[in-house]
Amino acid sequence: MAVSDAEKAVDYALAMVMEPATAGDWLVVLPVAVPMLAGAVLVILRHFMRWHAAIAGSGLAVLLIVDVLLLQRVLAGGPQVMMMGGWLPPFGIAFEADLLGTTLACTSALVAFAISLQAARQVNTHERRYGYYPFLMLLMAGVHGAFLTGDLFNLYVWFEVLLISSFGLLVLGSEDRQIDATVKYGILNLLATTLFLIGTGLLYGTLGTLNMADIAVKARDPEVQGPLITLSALFLLAFSMKAAAFPLNFWLPASYHAPGPGVSALFAGLLTKVGVYSLIKVLVLLLGPQSANLSAVVAWMAGLTMVVGALGALAQSEMRRLLNWLVIAGIGNMMIGVALQDELSLAGSIFYAVHSMLVMAALYLAAGLIEDMTGSGDLRRVGGVWVRHAGFGTLVLVLVLAVGGLPPFSGFWPKAVLVDATLAAGAPWLAAAVLVSGFLTTLAGGRMFIYAVWRGGPEGTPDGTVDPAAAAVAPDASRFLPVMLLTAAVVAVGLWPAPVYDLSLGAAAGLIDPTGYIDAIFGERP
Amino acid sequence: METAFAGLVGLLFATSLYLMLSTKTIRILIGIAILSNAVNLLIFTAGRLVREKPPLIALEAYVPEAGVANALPQALILTAIVISFSFFAFLLVLAFRAYQDLGTDDTDAMRIAEPVGEPGPPQGY
Repeated sequence: MAVSDAEKAVDYALAMVMEPATAGDWLVVLPVAVPMLAGAVLVILRHFMRWHAAIAGSGLAVLLIVDVLLLQRVLAGGPQVMMMGGWLPPFGIAFEADLLGTTLACTSALVAFAISLQAARQVNTHERRYGYYPFLMLLMAGVHGAFLTGDLFNLYVWFEVLLISSFGLLVLGSEDRQIDATVKYGILNLLATTLFLIGTGLLYGTLGTLNMADIAVKARDPEVQGPLITLSALFLLAFSMKAAAFPLNFWLPASYHAPGPGVSALFAGLLTKVGVYSLIKVLVLLLGPQSANLSAVVAWMAGLTMVVGALGALAQSEMRRLLNWLVIAGIGNMMIGVALQDELSLAGSIFYAVHSMLVMAALYLAAGLIEDMTGSGDLRRVGGVWVRHAGFGTLVLVLVLAVGGLPPFSGFWPKAVLVDATLAAGAPWLAAAVLVSGFLTTLAGGRMFIYAVWRGGPEGTPDGTVDPAAAAVAPDASRFLPVMLLTAAVVAVGLWPAPVYDLSLGAAAGLIDPTGYIDAIFGERP
Repeated sequence: METAFAGLVGLLFATSLYLMLSTKTIRILIGIAILSNAVNLLIFTAGRLVREKPPLIALEAYVPEAGVANALPQALILTAIVISFSFFAFLLVLAFRAYQDLGTDDTDAMRIAEPVGEPGPPQGY
């Protein structure tokens, strides 16, 4: 067949982004590229373990700076888009940084940075040799990829990236209880991501697209409502399992306390929040009209998760196992936004996610320090922390009050917003669940404070006296730096909630009305 | 053809669910392997099963002719196969190590992280 030269010339502008990517565009992918590069460097330098902490720490510091710059850009100019390979949407894989993802990415980078400071002192050589820091960096790459991607299948891939890194971190050290925990964590989380994959495949079959903005457009078409309601139920199942919502939460109390405190804190701060983020993004932004049909189910799940989590915490006698259940109680609060799907409740949920990341990571780190100081994590055998270090005791008190939702700390404001939102939406029983759960959480946290910090010594020390072993030891103050950093953030958010609240409100508005999100992808097209 | 494959996918899902309900780790793992295959087959079938029409675009056309199998689900599966295979390999080693170290392959008996029958939290000082 003869084809003339003019016909042979291909018009690339039909399928590709023609203008070169600016430095600002690159900012969208840097949060994934930085931890990946740092992780690769760490693997290359695996024999130089002295440098690991410094490389990981500086990598995470750079990551935090990049995230903050990206947040600034998103605040100034709306969602930022970068098309992989330059293909026009919806065909290429898009990275789209919106306010929700960027806010959570910033918080996660701050938490990971604080934890890496802690880990420098706590991770032993054995764990370092088997790659604690590379796993940490790859986990951060996975978390940031999940927060920033604008493609549903790509979200699945990032889930797998963070999952395989979390397996590595969880089993690092190969103690019996870690292996036991990893079996349960691994199998159930793999099952959840497989369910997510089924949902993704069927969604592509229904709508013919994987681009999130494109899905958000096409899901508003009345023709396809039936299949999409079924699919949103499937996504709810998959992401609730990742987020550890009742009744799919049982892998979390079986696993999060098994590794060292640094890893526990990282998991509690980041992983379940990625599940919550995906719930919010997929069920509200993408399939909002369909998942509104499941509103009652999600509301019940949220209420039960809150109360069951708090009750579970009351039944525990080991500190980090108690905290495991407090993580679950927090997930219930964050699911209210998905249940009610209005701006105020979503803002409350997002605010709560930010608060929960900070406070849960700090509490696990604090529990790890208490374990180091007293030689045990059992509430019967701890005590005397106040005598050893009153300043650290105060930090624990602040964190306990914050996780219970008492003013003036960061837990108060999201709970106030959530109670307000549930009452406004005509679900007073859900407001009651928030308050009851907050009360029980305060009891559980208060128990941890009284036994571990306030009393003079472990069980058997006469009342009103101080365990002589406790009084003798005065630990090095610099070890408390990471907890201090996170507690400072908790107090700052509590005393000055307006910036975080405005961010959450902006993110929620972007979810309720996806026009901005969609236009950022398709805006430039004729 | 698609109907037969849909039936097969359903059968695989049923098999994998049955196996995963077992308490023995090795059966759960076989269940997971079958589940990931069932999912891959499901997505593959959803992308149309066509043998006669190659997914090639004619020289003068911009889009392939109607009825050609969609190539994207196949690309998705390729990714998913690699991922699920690596996870399966990891879990297999983990299960073997658990059997060696914990001395059991019964998940009901794996209670090291959450010991059975521990007393409740202290009620007083």
